[in-house]
Amino acid sequence: MNIIVCIKQVPDTTEVAIDPETGTLIREGVPSIINPFDENAIEEGLRLVEKDGGKVTVLTMGPPQAEQALRQALAMGADEAILLCDRAFAGSDTLATSYALSRAIRKIGDFDLIICGKQAFDGDTAQVGPGLAEQLGIPQITYAIEVAVERKKLRVRRLLEDRFEITETRLPALITVVKQINEPRHAGLRGVMKARKADIPTWTAEDVDADPLRCGLNGSPTNVVKVFSPQRQHEGEILEGDTEEVALALVERLREAKVL
Amino acid sequence: MNFEFTDEQKDILAAVREFCDEELKPHAQEVDARGEFPWDNVKMLGELDLMGIAVPEEYDGLGLGLLEWAVIGEMLSAACTTTGAVYGAHVLAVYPIMLFGTEEQKDKYLRPLARGEKIGAFALTEPMAGSDAGNVQTRAELVGNEYILNGTKLFISNGGEAEVYVVIANVQPERGTRGMTAFIVEKGTQGFEFGKNEEKMGFAALPNRELIFQDARVPKENLLGRERRGFRVTMETLAVGRIGMAIGAVGLAQAAYDAAIAYAPTRVQFGQPISEFQAIQFMLADMATEIEAARWLTYNAAWRKDQDLDFEKEAAMAKVYASETCNRVASKAVQIHGGYGYTKDYPVERYMREAKLFDIVEGTSEIQRLVIANRLLKEAQK
Repeated sequence: MNIIVCIKQVPDTTEVAIDPETGTLIREGVPSIINPFDENAIEEGLRLVEKDGGKVTVLTMGPPQAEQALRQALAMGADEAILLCDRAFAGSDTLATSYALSRAIRKIGDFDLIICGKQAFDGDTAQVGPGLAEQLGIPQITYAIEVAVERKKLRVRRLLEDRFEITETRLPALITVVKQINEPRHAGLRGVMKARKADIPTWTAEDVDADPLRCGLNGSPTNVVKVFSPQRQHEGEILEGDTEEVALALVERLREAKVL
Repeated sequence: MNFEFTDEQKDILAAVREFCDEELKPHAQEVDARGEFPWDNVKMLGELDLMGIAVPEEYDGLGLGLLEWAVIGEMLSAACTTTGAVYGAHVLAVYPIMLFGTEEQKDKYLRPLARGEKIGAFALTEPMAGSDAGNVQTRAELVGNEYILNGTKLFISNGGEAEVYVVIANVQPERGTRGMTAFIVEKGTQGFEFGKNEEKMGFAALPNRELIFQDARVPKENLLGRERRGFRVTMETLAVGRIGMAIGAVGLAQAAYDAAIAYAPTRVQFGQPISEFQAIQFMLADMATEIEAARWLTYNAAWRKDQDLDFEKEAAMAKVYASETCNRVASKAVQIHGGYGYTKDYPVERYMREAKLFDIVEGTSEIQRLVIANRLLKEAQK
């Protein structure tokens, strides 16, 4: 089974500072990591291949330093990695990103399954995976918590807000995974050493035959007007005292709030 | 001269650090409190290719040097002293097999040890052979195609849990060190049993067991090196083992210091954090300085070994200095924590109990000083 895992390099924090002037993320001094959900995507790809054979190709679109994230994926055990990197892709929104990725995947050619993390840590849109499936015209199943492949059929257990849902589709298909699906492995030292030496091809917009009008800012209808952290409206209250006092005070508060 | 790690070393160390922070450190207190061999940790070391760092790639190791082995050992020890000690004891079996093993022995034993599928132990110490390492009484006698071993080993780290033992016995006790001979003995060998597991002041989860050989039948092909050359096997192994103990002590000292410098600014007395008091600052400064000195002594010894330079004196210096440093540092870390430092709620009391081991194990501080002085006097005569 040929699996393509799409990953994104993100800043290593959930609370990146936002520049109030420009509304963009302040990335200076913040180390970069693989988007945590994408680590689950890599892990799931590796497990499926370990079970049924095949190979895992990792794909990312980003600046040259995104190669670092690809090397980490190779260290975990991915077989190949491709960096999609071109100034023409700068400023891509989720539509332009999924278009660019779809072009790269058409160039890769043969695949059975595409795995993405459910969303990126920084943007939190959860749109690129689904958008990519649409661009490629293949079925998609989001929020996978359990995946089984039998012949050319994919059976996925989805983690929804209030229930699980089991969905089947034919391959090729795209899934997005939640963090509960697995525990990503640590890269072994052999993998780290191998990944350092690995050849990672860089593909430009031209290499993947991408339409310039659909790339980067040109291809991005999304316009970010303002980005801000919501102000916390209510301060929490910590009740003090022994267990009995605290319990009584809590019941009192809940009654006041008409919860009880 | 260059004191910087290479980019490859940095990448490797970053991967190990992440593993230590996420998997080892959070459970270190629990490992000691439970007092059970940390198999989960040891299995992970194998999965991360950490069990054969200095073993050549052709025997399933990583083909790195003793320096990398040491730096990684330091990280393991700082994160979980017990896991660091298990790893150190394992290497004491890996190293002599790597150095003296035949092709067949390397195939059969070195590979699974390097892959972490099996763990190893080195068995030298006996009731009457501690610092006096030459006084090994365990007897080995060749009968047909087997050596018959009789005797008792004491305090053997990883004893009982390890599958592969490098055992030092004597084929001609009347000839002393000239009769010493090394063997590879598998767990499960007929006549080879485990005795008492010592209850110790620290390292409750590290087994230090008695090994009992009663007409144990070891196949002739498990002779390690040549007959009556076991003293050399022992000395070479112990020389490298000293670097392992030194680095374990550096890791422990670092962990104790880290705990102290994290605690000092949070503890308020007389209206200010105790880290504002010079008495505390001077302790922290001394701790950090001594750790730095111990670390570089140890790295230097490992580096010299990798460069094929004489390293015995340097390894002994590193061992004695690092172990005494870790005792001073652990004691100061408890002092900085005050009353809380004496409780089981903080790891520093454990560090202080564990530190003492390093003064004793793998050649006491007194033996190290003898080794150093011996070398110094020889060098002076040249």
